[in-house]
Amino acid sequence: MNSPIIKVENLGKKYRIEGRFDRYSTIRETLKEAFLTPVRRLRALAQGHGVSDAPETFWALQNVSFEVQPGEVVGIIGRNGAGKTTLLKILSRVTTPTTGRVVLAGRVGSLLEVGVGFHPELSGRDNIYLSGAIMGMKRVEIARKYDEIAAFSGVADFLNTPVKRYSSGMYTRLAFAVAAHLEPEILIVDEVLAVGDLGFQNKCLGKMSEVARSGRTVLFVSHNLSAIATLCTRGLLLEKGEIIFQGNSSEVISQYVKLTRSMEPQDLSHRLDRKGTGALRVTRFYLEDEEGGVLEAAQSGGCVRFVLEYEGAAGTPLREVAGHIMVADGSRYRIFSFLSEIVGEPFSSLPPSGRLICRVPDLPLLPGNYDLHFSCLVGRQLADKMHFAASLVVAEGDFFGTGRLFTDRDAYGNVLVHHSWTVDTASRTF
Amino acid sequence: MVEIPVNLQLPPQREPIIISPDKSWARVDFREIWDYRELLFFLALRDIKVRYRQTVFGIAWAIIQPFCTMLVFSLFFGRLAKIPSDGVPYPIFSYAAMVPWAFFANAVSQSSDSLVGSANLISKVYFPRVLIPLAVMLSGLVDFLVAFVLMLVMMVYFQIFPTFQIIWLPGLLLLAVITALGAGLWLSALNVQFRDVRYALPFMVQIWLFITPVAYPSSLLPEPWRTFYGINPMAGVVEGFRWALLGTATAPGPIIAVSSLFSLILLVSGLLYFHRMEKSFADII
Repeated sequence: MNSPIIKVENLGKKYRIEGRFDRYSTIRETLKEAFLTPVRRLRALAQGHGVSDAPETFWALQNVSFEVQPGEVVGIIGRNGAGKTTLLKILSRVTTPTTGRVVLAGRVGSLLEVGVGFHPELSGRDNIYLSGAIMGMKRVEIARKYDEIAAFSGVADFLNTPVKRYSSGMYTRLAFAVAAHLEPEILIVDEVLAVGDLGFQNKCLGKMSEVARSGRTVLFVSHNLSAIATLCTRGLLLEKGEIIFQGNSSEVISQYVKLTRSMEPQDLSHRLDRKGTGALRVTRFYLEDEEGGVLEAAQSGGCVRFVLEYEGAAGTPLREVAGHIMVADGSRYRIFSFLSEIVGEPFSSLPPSGRLICRVPDLPLLPGNYDLHFSCLVGRQLADKMHFAASLVVAEGDFFGTGRLFTDRDAYGNVLVHHSWTVDTASRTF
Repeated sequence: MVEIPVNLQLPPQREPIIISPDKSWARVDFREIWDYRELLFFLALRDIKVRYRQTVFGIAWAIIQPFCTMLVFSLFFGRLAKIPSDGVPYPIFSYAAMVPWAFFANAVSQSSDSLVGSANLISKVYFPRVLIPLAVMLSGLVDFLVAFVLMLVMMVYFQIFPTFQIIWLPGLLLLAVITALGAGLWLSALNVQFRDVRYALPFMVQIWLFITPVAYPSSLLPEPWRTFYGINPMAGVVEGFRWALLGTATAPGPIIAVSSLFSLILLVSGLLYFHRMEKSFADII
């Protein structure tokens, strides 16, 4: 019996949510907090409430345990915010866990981003050495592989030029060439491979399978299910910071697909990652059909109502309210938005709680998963804003009414547009 | 597709790495820092190569800064205010102090911003974070050497030749590095959490210049106060430099002893604080 090369026991990571403050504080804020917190607590006690305003925290990872044997290629999948990146950051020692323990019995190389440590002012050559050293390579090792790296990058003629003069494609190729020559026993790869053109992605995947076949241990996070299926021997499915399924890669993929296929009403009342005055807060999101029935998924070309349940802050009149829904694809590009004050007037007055409903007669999206950002304005001031507030699942549907469907987002894009084609026999002269 | 050669030559098996939520004031892992010495070298090299890119005067800035300050001091403090200069010409008296001072001031300012400036590295890849301020010290030494060359030129010009006391110079330089590193560790770690450091720093360096005997000699103070002056470690460094290079009157032994003690306290406390905070850098930077 082999001993595991990676052993993760009961791992957890807690983050403090700092509400509307910036991520870093000033001494003034810290002092203010230090003085005000006791005052607030005393007041709460005097009013008969318990002391319960400990800083708001949330567990990005909880009770995560697994083992990886040498030579295994393990895929980690899960929805946005499931904790995949946090797990990789702990394993690559960028951040420390709050609970639990990890034992790594080998040299770790992590690729959380391509081009880490590149300095724009330095030449390609200097950057090869610098970023190689940052990723843990020895100088002699880099020197030995220098020619290979240069050849692999395809920018060998420009290695004396500062990389700030490179095109973004050249930059990415050089950066990946260095990373590709890293030879750790354990390779940890985040979704970095999702950048660049298709050719570059294939090159990366080729390199990944090369590494996998050479007997190294690989941990691989991706949304690219076909890459997981071909590369990985095993998979972990993360959801809300916990491993909800482990198994061979095809089982994990089918569990993941099941998870992402349907949408329940999404409770947002506990979300803390909000911005705005809080005069109004979106507490729940779901989809309805024309008759008011709750939908598990929207349909390409179908009629769908986006429902935002909200609650107003006590004593604040909700005047001039506007609702915004932004739709983004998996790689975070915004596709389009629904803005209530553009298609009509702001709602002049709203009841203290209720539902904002946005009706879309024929949803122009290809099947797949999308992210939704919400925001609401009250009296032209931002009252509530949440990024990645909810996810939207779009199922196949007959958008064009022809019975023929677009299905491949990678090939055709995200958006469907009504159009027609005709043919003309004569070519026009100009 | 390009065939990628994969080399299965694995380095010798080392002890397993254990990652745990260790929050104690555990000891600093010097062996690990030593293992990463090549990265330290590349980071320092990067700082040196990048520092004077796209400047007209380039590395000459390492001389221009202390030299111009020395000219101004010579005019106002030496000529007009007639501040005593321990029996050597005022220009060389102040320049001998400006050289270590310029190293210190630049090293402290740059290392304080170094972690925040490397936020992208810190949130993406692991290495001992202390390498970042440490690399600033190394690259600062290059500027020091350049400025020091002018010091030698000035000594020839003023016909001052060093005695055997000059052998103490590396030790005094080390004292300056320890002081700058100690302050740099404190300030860079504080700066990750409190960006106030960025605003307080220029002001702090300025005050520190006034309380260091750069423009005036510490011999203005009577004993025992002169010895206590060493609580500011840069006072010991500056007086030591003058004594080792110019042979100014009395050996500043007591003041340097006090300075060494306090610079070590600064370094050790800085290392501990830095080590305590470094685990949370990636989360709050």
